Amino acid sequence: MAQQTPVAGEAAPAPDPRLIVTGSSPRGLVAAALRRLRGGELGALPVIVGLIVICAVFQSLNSNFLSPQNLSNLTLQVVSTGLMSCGVIMVLLLGEIDLSVGSVSGVSGAVLAVLAVNHGIPEVAAIALAVLTGTLIGVVHGTVFAKVGVPAFVVTLAGLIGWQGAQLYLLGSDGTINVPYDGAIAYLTQTYFVPAVGWGIAVAAVGLYAGLTLLGERRRTAAGLPAKSAAEVIARTVLLAVPVFGGVAVLNLWNGVPLAFLIFLGFVVVFDLVLRKTRYGRMVFAVGGSAEAARRAGINVDLIRISVFALASTLAAVGGVLAVSRGFAVSQSSGSGDVLMLAIAAAVIGGTSLFGGRGSAYSALLGGLVLGAITSGLYLLQMDSSVRYMITAAVLLIAVILDAVSRRSRRAHARG
Amino acid sequence: MSEPVLELSGISKRFGAVQALSDVSLRVHPGEVVALLGDNGAGKSTLVKVIAGVNPADTGTLLWEGRPVTVARPADAQQLGIATIYQDLALCDNLDIVANLFLGGERSTAGVLDEVGMERRARELLDSLSVSIPSLRVPVASLSGGQRQIIAIARSLLGEPKVVMLDEPTAALGVAQTAQVLDLIERLRDQGLGVILISHNMADVRAVADRAMVLRLGRNAGDFRVEDTSYEEIVAAITGAADNPVARRAGRVAVPGSEEA
Repeated sequence: MAQQTPVAGEAAPAPDPRLIVTGSSPRGLVAAALRRLRGGELGALPVIVGLIVICAVFQSLNSNFLSPQNLSNLTLQVVSTGLMSCGVIMVLLLGEIDLSVGSVSGVSGAVLAVLAVNHGIPEVAAIALAVLTGTLIGVVHGTVFAKVGVPAFVVTLAGLIGWQGAQLYLLGSDGTINVPYDGAIAYLTQTYFVPAVGWGIAVAAVGLYAGLTLLGERRRTAAGLPAKSAAEVIARTVLLAVPVFGGVAVLNLWNGVPLAFLIFLGFVVVFDLVLRKTRYGRMVFAVGGSAEAARRAGINVDLIRISVFALASTLAAVGGVLAVSRGFAVSQSSGSGDVLMLAIAAAVIGGTSLFGGRGSAYSALLGGLVLGAITSGLYLLQMDSSVRYMITAAVLLIAVILDAVSRRSRRAHARG
Repeated sequence: MSEPVLELSGISKRFGAVQALSDVSLRVHPGEVVALLGDNGAGKSTLVKVIAGVNPADTGTLLWEGRPVTVARPADAQQLGIATIYQDLALCDNLDIVANLFLGGERSTAGVLDEVGMERRARELLDSLSVSIPSLRVPVASLSGGQRQIIAIARSLLGEPKVVMLDEPTAALGVAQTAQVLDLIERLRDQGLGVILISHNMADVRAVADRAMVLRLGRNAGDFRVEDTSYEEIVAAITGAADNPVARRAGRVAVPGSEEA
């Protein structure tokens, strides 16, 4: 047909005069970044600034805050809720909410302990079954939400109460089950890598990022599409390399890079790639942006919704397993209290919008670190949990306000 | 003229006690813009839904390039090559232009999106429609109403349809944007597509349509060649002003046989 007129053979079309072209000079990159900020595309900036401010304040109050030991503890401490946040982010991208992640992590921990300790099932198998429990729970939530049409808020609120009840039932009259100190479960959070492995992972990660980015930009240039300049790729690589190598250096000063934190980072990176680079991720964003548009485009909206709730509960279960590993026990209070609020708060503080369709998997990492830093710092200062709750609440509120304000700013700058 | 790409005859559709369409016929030739006109409740939307496969007809035949076909589901219509652009554009505001163009039909290898290929194809498509949009990587929310309408139309063209149905494409647009969309409709016609244009705006119809098909109370109320027909005649057919003894007599005496139905 006529619209297939081959244009590819011609020279690359001149860029549109209305498009503001930024030079590849450092000044051009800074100018472009400033323009995006004014347009309300804050990205990860507020949370990174917040993290630096929090670290500076606690370090000035207690010089142990930035010690390698405390930072190493911090990385382990954020893993469990961070994984739950990862799942919450998926649900938030749909424009929905999952209130059950805390309870699901608790009941999965209970399943793990009951199977491994009371029934003597091998620990690895018990871990797999505990995670599978989470998946099944998520499928139930998602199906009731997507197929029956009950609001996600209500479905997962029922889950919040119901699965906690199941947890109490499973734990029985004892209320607490201890897991062995030397099994696969404990191994998850007790393993640290020797320094060389840590450095190797850091080099591989940064190298892969730089290599794949350069390759991608070269393909774009070859196809006659606007591409990032080499200077911008280098700037981005340096921005990534500084925290990665810095983090490995600090962790190597204590025990080395912890396995649990690597598991968490792995989930974050994989989810980020899935969300940005795959058809599935694109469909999740589409459903979050406009479910009706997605439906008309032939996307199976119900299936996407069910799968996202399944993923969220699966990740909650993984978080629950790691919580058991770190505490060597599951109790009636596992997964209750502030766990749910911290998981949702971390996602929002990290920059994932509560309004759906906007966010990134890295929110779980950044938001988790912010909340972890506050908790850790207040423990060091021997503050009560009353103070911690109030400060966490204030940070959450600030994050949501930033979300709402930047949303308005994006509207004003016509960027959705 | 050449063989019609799409021809409907004897289409009837009933919703409970309401006979929404009775014995309606419509034909579209390649490279022709047919305006589908009618007052609210005349059955335009029902007819569009019949063609798009959303609400199949109760009776009647549908000929596609001369052979009878059944369109029972929207997928059937898409497979034949009928693209429908509804009034609410069904774009995802949070996604960029490329993502919206390929929504639901992303190109991928082993599940990984082929962004370069999609952006290149999107650029080619928009260039072939003479649409100039500065960057294809901005969220659709940042576009004007006319640009959004154009993106919605362009998206339907990726399926390489032969008939495009547009439901009120200029309803919410300004003067310049309306002109853009009308330009695009003319370009579709020049590319040999059959276009069905549902509109209330007579100026638009006169500007781009070759034929005007009028529905009134679920029946054919006239099929006019736009360039030979006055504005008043079409409006009379839409409102039924001609449908009374006085007008009929006046019509018989003055210009006999100017109206069918």
